[in-house]
Amino acid sequence: MKRRLPLLIVLITGIFGAVAFFVPYPAIRAADEIMRNDVQRIIAAFSLVLGVGSIVQHHMLKIQRRAQYYSYSYITIIALIITAIIGVFGGIDVTRPGILPTRFGSFSIHIQTLYSNMMVPLAATMFSLLAFFMASAAYRAFRARNLEATLLLLAAFIVMLGAVPFGRLIHHQLPAFAEWILAVPNTASKRGILFGVELGIFATSLKIILGIERGWLGGGK
Amino acid sequence: MLSLTLLLAITIFPPEHVQARDIPNDEGGKIVVTWDRINAPELIGYRVLRQQRNSDKWDTLAFVGRLNNRYIDDAAVNRIEYRYQIIAVAESTQAVSQPSAYTCSLPQWFDTSTLPALLGTVILSLIFVFFFDRAKRDRNLFIRRIAGLDAVEEALGRATEMGRATLYVPGLSTMSDVATIASLNILGEVAKKTAQFGTPLIVPVADPIVYTVAREVVKEAYTTAGRPDAFHQDIVFFVTDQQFAFAAAVDGIMTREKPATNFLIGMFWAESLIIAETGAATGAIQIAGTDAVAQLPFFITACDYTLIGEELYAASAYISREPVLLGGIKAQDYSKALIVFMILVFSVLALSFNLPVLSWL
Repeated sequence: MKRRLPLLIVLITGIFGAVAFFVPYPAIRAADEIMRNDVQRIIAAFSLVLGVGSIVQHHMLKIQRRAQYYSYSYITIIALIITAIIGVFGGIDVTRPGILPTRFGSFSIHIQTLYSNMMVPLAATMFSLLAFFMASAAYRAFRARNLEATLLLLAAFIVMLGAVPFGRLIHHQLPAFAEWILAVPNTASKRGILFGVELGIFATSLKIILGIERGWLGGGK
Repeated sequence: MLSLTLLLAITIFPPEHVQARDIPNDEGGKIVVTWDRINAPELIGYRVLRQQRNSDKWDTLAFVGRLNNRYIDDAAVNRIEYRYQIIAVAESTQAVSQPSAYTCSLPQWFDTSTLPALLGTVILSLIFVFFFDRAKRDRNLFIRRIAGLDAVEEALGRATEMGRATLYVPGLSTMSDVATIASLNILGEVAKKTAQFGTPLIVPVADPIVYTVAREVVKEAYTTAGRPDAFHQDIVFFVTDQQFAFAAAVDGIMTREKPATNFLIGMFWAESLIIAETGAATGAIQIAGTDAVAQLPFFITACDYTLIGEELYAASAYISREPVLLGGIKAQDYSKALIVFMILVFSVLALSFNLPVLSWL
């Protein structure tokens, strides 16, 4: 029963999801909408509790075991508690205050303050690292070690030159050639990959709906 | 001057051929009204009126500009009959059309515009079911080699020999993404092998639902491998659903724990290169796989092996060597051949005979 019930639910909801694509009847569309949005949201709400539980458990275990770098776990747990308290009791922003006194003169520490002044700059910092990683990755990719890498280097060089005014100075047809590389060979290979991807999605969905693929249940019969 | 204006106003004719019909292939509630556009310089626009059967009252639905000759009434109630009237409005006068015939909107049980998709689904399903069945009987189906998947065992063996952990990142997407489901299928196979080899496994997750499923997958894999004692709650853990916070956490794990093998399999966005480059810098052997075409170049550059597109979906079958699942890979290959054949035939038909093949799809 532990296995049969999930397989049965997947079979019914999987077939129903496919049928809803072809049948525009309001009752079917409404039921499909409920399955896709409402039910999924309810499951997500319960899972979030499990997720927070997982974070707490993971870091408490590290602290208990005095694992390497366990002091960072203190920071995570403290930050989690403070953010949760401010989020639940401290209000959203200045215009929507909570029951906690989170405004000190012109300074406020509402959840929006934490998000705008901590989360956003930290995320932007991580994102900006991408520029450096891109440079190191490009260096590695463009080393002409074999025929494929040489072709890649050559194509990238032409596309880059074609995108800047200097390219036109070298030859007036260079920007058009760069555009052709992007529009024809590049798009053709992208579409080839996408065909494979769509077939893969189809195959995986069919295997899961029919109960042939059970990896998501942890494998086994 | 006044008499000239009045004379011009009189020349406005009422819109002709006012027709109302139910919009096909929808859930109902919509009626499209069409009329012949009037060519008069002084025309401002058209007022659309609606009358329910057995009612004397005409309701104004909308006022549309002079260039329109079509209006969709999306406030119609299914199975109630309405008729429509169009009033051409000029500055000083207006002209009322004859009412259309009564019509009502109806919900349809089948969207005929999806017929090619339905045919495609049926044909592909038959191909797949045929190969699933054939794989049960013929256990020696030839499956092409996939280098990235052949390297899985080698990569896990390396981690075992070095006494270091294996890191598995199942992407940042949710369970509604098929790439995530495929990734969790692969995680099950990888977890079985790490359980057999006794290699520590680290699975940071970015979505609470994926976390719940991934934990069950790993737990079940350890039990199947005969090592339920080796499973502990700390293997799979939820980190955050914030994209770059998650990337920072994974980078932190890579630099602190120095896993010997990194699996980056699932759906990734801009964080793909940040994670993959950090992994490359720590000297780990990296196997990546995604169906996000935009992220593939980054993985190909920074990782040792990359599962490109469809290989991601073939991976769990390939690793498990389950015959029925291998039949799916064969079916994928034949379906692809069929699509290539159709592209060639349709291209020839379109180019040689100028046939409207796009409208058939």
